[in-house]
Amino acid sequence: MKGIGVSPGISIGNAFKIEKTETFSSGIRIETEEAKNIEIEKFDKAVSDSVEELKNIRENKKTEFNDEDNDILDTQIEFLCDPQIKSDVLGKIDAENKSANDAVIEVISSAVQMFTEMEDEYLRERASDLRDIGARILKNLSHSKQSAPQVIKRNTIIIAEDISPSDLLSLDMTRISGFATIGGGKTSHTCIIAKAKGIPAVIGCGNELESIRQNDIIILDGSNGDVIIRPDKKTISEYKSKQIKISEELSLLKTLKNLPAATKDGHLIKLFANISDDSDLEQVFDNGGEGVGLFRTEILFMGRDSFPSEEEQFQFYKKVAIKSKNKPVTVRTLDIGGDKQLPYFGIPAENNPFLGYRAIRICLKQKDIFLTQLKAILRASHFGKLKIMFPMICSLDEVQDAKVCVQQAKNELRLSGEKFNENIEIGIMIEIPGAALIADILAKEVDFFSIGTNDLCMYTLAVDRMNNQVSDLYDNFNPGLLRLIKNVIDQAHKHDKTVGLCGEMASDPQATLILLGMGLDEFSMGAASIPHIKKTIIGTSILKAREVCRNVMAMSDSKSIIRYLKKQAE
Amino acid sequence: MISKDYIIIDPHGMHARPATALLRLSRQYKSDFSLKKDDKLIQMKSMLNILSVAAKYGDTISILVEGEDEADAIAAFDNFFNEEMKNF
Repeated sequence: MKGIGVSPGISIGNAFKIEKTETFSSGIRIETEEAKNIEIEKFDKAVSDSVEELKNIRENKKTEFNDEDNDILDTQIEFLCDPQIKSDVLGKIDAENKSANDAVIEVISSAVQMFTEMEDEYLRERASDLRDIGARILKNLSHSKQSAPQVIKRNTIIIAEDISPSDLLSLDMTRISGFATIGGGKTSHTCIIAKAKGIPAVIGCGNELESIRQNDIIILDGSNGDVIIRPDKKTISEYKSKQIKISEELSLLKTLKNLPAATKDGHLIKLFANISDDSDLEQVFDNGGEGVGLFRTEILFMGRDSFPSEEEQFQFYKKVAIKSKNKPVTVRTLDIGGDKQLPYFGIPAENNPFLGYRAIRICLKQKDIFLTQLKAILRASHFGKLKIMFPMICSLDEVQDAKVCVQQAKNELRLSGEKFNENIEIGIMIEIPGAALIADILAKEVDFFSIGTNDLCMYTLAVDRMNNQVSDLYDNFNPGLLRLIKNVIDQAHKHDKTVGLCGEMASDPQATLILLGMGLDEFSMGAASIPHIKKTIIGTSILKAREVCRNVMAMSDSKSIIRYLKKQAE
Repeated sequence: MISKDYIIIDPHGMHARPATALLRLSRQYKSDFSLKKDDKLIQMKSMLNILSVAAKYGDTISILVEGEDEADAIAAFDNFFNEEMKNF
């Protein structure tokens, strides 16, 4: 079964199902003033009992609670005491002759309704707080005995439709090893608390979760969202070894997360991440990433039947800009063609798509597509530290043309009075050997380079890595490729420009020393690799890296280079 | 009466934590407070109301204060919206 993994880690434990209690309207009409007053008193009493209960939860678990837990309780207490809710409830009792029970159900449901319709995902989730306090008031209204505190065994995985915030807070977290829910959103309390406490959680599993019985053995993988019910012994032992590996990685991550990526002799490196949308950012910061070296924009253009409008694109980039906490984000303009086709944008069949109509080549011929995207990025640059990067540049003309387009986009925005960052940095991808060779010329035109080693390697060695017959020739340590990379870095630095690298090479610890020695300023990679590369950087010195680089550059074949690097790593 | 505009500088907008803090801050004063965004005007005593405004990052809201200590209150609100909102 699969859900959405929201808090990473693997847990193996026994299922404990939390069943929901249903609430019903009574339909009773309250006619006399006296009876109405009794209902109002009952409501007031139920509210104060509810506040008391929440305060008790906080008092009893004072030592275990962090800021987030306390925030949840504070929010709920505010809701319980809310004058608007109170006056709405009293109004229904007084003017509509409802019982306290029915009035609470109606008032809370309409408030819940209002929140579930909100645009903002975070605010939508507050509906669960309202449902929760509603249920609590109703329980206290009906004098039903407080459900006996659940006794939970060690290593329990909680299974529920959705876990209410106060359930979550009254459970003994030290005994819980995982959560799986049928519904739930990514900003629900379940997720927030699970993440804060490092407990694996999977949400949105759907109704299949109901097939779980009390005490079933469950495996939960909070990274990819897998839920395995009643696994066999082999699967359990597989996951146990995975669990060990993950816990080792986690402890590495924890010790490294807040350390700067500096060599022993104090040379600072920027470790950035590659992302596809705003939801990736959280992982970037969790892994100690200091920004985004490559924000691929294609995801917004895929899986639809027409180009996204400027407004749609603006919203998409703006989300990233806001969530990036003012850290730099390099936005790559559209990189379609090659192996990435759009159903609504037909490119005639080509003999060599990778040598064909793709990326900046399309943008410079169909400027309306390009301008729309540039305007959207520029508008979003008002909300964060965005930079613009053009892919697949092979000549000076292309850079100049693309810059003219940026100017035009800026002019159009100025006319319509839109705000944007006037001084937005502009850079290019170096992924074509011809561009790498004229890095000195291109450096004068741009603010930064980013080396795309995947394509650069493919084009330099003329190897299609998807073709099994030749894929073994694809080699990041080929001296020809290394010379190109070194030239790009040297020329950029001569012109005081920064150089990043956003191909797979950035996440290969074996390549870290050479790149460091060459003087690379930024490494950009999948967020999960950041701690590993940081570890390598922290463990070495820039002097050592330069020596390794010098030695490698003097070698004539990649086998010797790899052998030498392995020896250095020991 | 004093009316003053503020821009929401918390990237998450006016979410539960700042809303709670705002409520608590306003309770320290005797004045009456309302909050206005676009055409929506609400009394600032209710968490439900504050959240229902759904003020997002970058939105402008107006705070209206009326009462004997309105000057002190608005000074506290300046600090709240311009400084404290950064830290939620």
